[in-house]
Amino acid sequence: MFSDFLVNTWITASVVAVVAGLVGFFVVLRGSSFLAHALPHGAFAGAAGATLLGIDPILGMGIFAVGGAVAVTTLGRRGRSDVVIALSLVLMLAFGALFLSLGNEYSAEVFALLFGQILGVSSVEVGPIIVLGVICVAAIVVAYRRLLLSSVLPDMAAARGISQFGMSLFFALVVAIATAMSVPIVGALLLFSLLVGPPAAARSFSADPLVAIPLSIGFALVTVWVSIAAAYYSSLPVGFFVTLGSAILYGIGRGWFAIRVRRVATA
Amino acid sequence: MSATLILAAVTRATSATPAQVSLSQSGLASFFGSAPVQLALVIGALVAVTSALVGVFTVIRRQSFAGHALADLGAVGGSAAFLIGISQLWGFVIAGVLAAGLMEVVGVKRVQGRDVATGIVFGLGLGLTGLFLYLDTQVPGTSNAAVSVLFGSLFVIDASVLPTVLVLALVACAIVLLTWRWLLVDSVSQDLAFVRRIPVRATGILFLVALALAVELSALTIGAVLSTALLIAPAAAALRLTKRVGFAILIAIAIGVGSTWVGILISYQSFGWLHGAHSWPVSFCIVVVLFVVYLLSGVALPIRARARRAAEVVL
Repeated sequence: MFSDFLVNTWITASVVAVVAGLVGFFVVLRGSSFLAHALPHGAFAGAAGATLLGIDPILGMGIFAVGGAVAVTTLGRRGRSDVVIALSLVLMLAFGALFLSLGNEYSAEVFALLFGQILGVSSVEVGPIIVLGVICVAAIVVAYRRLLLSSVLPDMAAARGISQFGMSLFFALVVAIATAMSVPIVGALLLFSLLVGPPAAARSFSADPLVAIPLSIGFALVTVWVSIAAAYYSSLPVGFFVTLGSAILYGIGRGWFAIRVRRVATA
Repeated sequence: MSATLILAAVTRATSATPAQVSLSQSGLASFFGSAPVQLALVIGALVAVTSALVGVFTVIRRQSFAGHALADLGAVGGSAAFLIGISQLWGFVIAGVLAAGLMEVVGVKRVQGRDVATGIVFGLGLGLTGLFLYLDTQVPGTSNAAVSVLFGSLFVIDASVLPTVLVLALVACAIVLLTWRWLLVDSVSQDLAFVRRIPVRATGILFLVALALAVELSALTIGAVLSTALLIAPAAAALRLTKRVGFAILIAIAIGVGSTWVGILISYQSFGWLHGAHSWPVSFCIVVVLFVVYLLSGVALPIRARARRAAEVVL
């Protein structure tokens, strides 16, 4: 299970899990699951376009993810954000359909982008993923206080001179970078689940972000590790185990929360 | 997303090619004379009307994400249906309705909680789709599954689905029309709904069922991408033009049907525009038209605001 060809998988999956746990905490806090779903799925159109033009798919995905993040945030200033996200996602996917129909023979590659390809990570891909991961983590750490304030108390953040629009754009861009680095390896499906499940579970164990964030990262790591092991032994798709693990964790979190609330109520 | 679906899509796609070749020789007369086009216009209009009606409430209730998730979740049923040997259509519909119920159970009252609940159910659904896909598509060449479900084409619909689609569309519309007043009050203010003793929970579940039906239908016939666009874009544009729900629904239906038909026409005419050998995908053309209409409706906003000289919540 830890043989040579899987070493890269363990490393990249762990990096992806750490980033997903950290970024995902803010996804859940800000209630932007839809954004976290839309950017990875839309980015796949970028990969389709990149393959059509014969450039690196990661570059295409990056461009689409960043473009999507900017479009969603700027259009969201005047329209309602869920509507704008839905329409941007659909437009990006529609471009994916166009690129697919213009190009001919690469749907296997597209399939891998949607559902992940965790058991075939080459050494060349490890470097960029680690670099992008570090950028994501650094961005969140640097803007931690401002991001937290604008997520929880937008009015107070505005009073302190923190631009709501700026913060939304910043966060959307972080999600976009996380997308570009993760999707080629783990697939749009798996990433979305990791961005929502473990952080939502962590939040029901603790309201304190300094406890919930490490917990969220821990949950994401455990989910990914167990899933790779399970996929290795059962030869079923890794994405299934990750989504199942995320849902189970969330269920446990909700159960724990309910018990705690009842205990407080009886006391 | 199962092997049958792909095979069906592939055979239908190839059988549709001669029709499209003859289409390319163009002219409006041949456009309306072509059988696949006629069917596309009818089914497109049917789905657009249902989506617009349900869509207006979806936008007012801020459930765009749920609408999109339900479209993709239907694919779980679609792939499972193949495993247990029932019809694809019922797989889609049953999975959609179940998912709607699950979301209502997991979800809480606050919008943010609903967001996470949708995400969790959605994520699990996608995982299950991946599993079923893996289990029932061990056949070579099945990787087109995701593509055909996401981007299904209006031009390759089998005429025999029309009656079923019609009935299910009527059911979805009936649910919305019968619970009209409850929906309206509950969507605008939950406190008011409580005071008036409206069964909020039942309203929510019924609406999600209607949403699931509308979305599954269009996902199965015209692809998951297009179903979200048809659900959200006409309704959102209409609600920028008027605040009266009845009017908004009429405008949304007009926009939905109009955009669908224009998109079909563009796709029909696009044969040979770029690389020669293909028409542009119908889904793509319709989505672009819808997006442009939505952007244009934003231009109407400031004009209308000036006319009213009243501060309003921007939709």
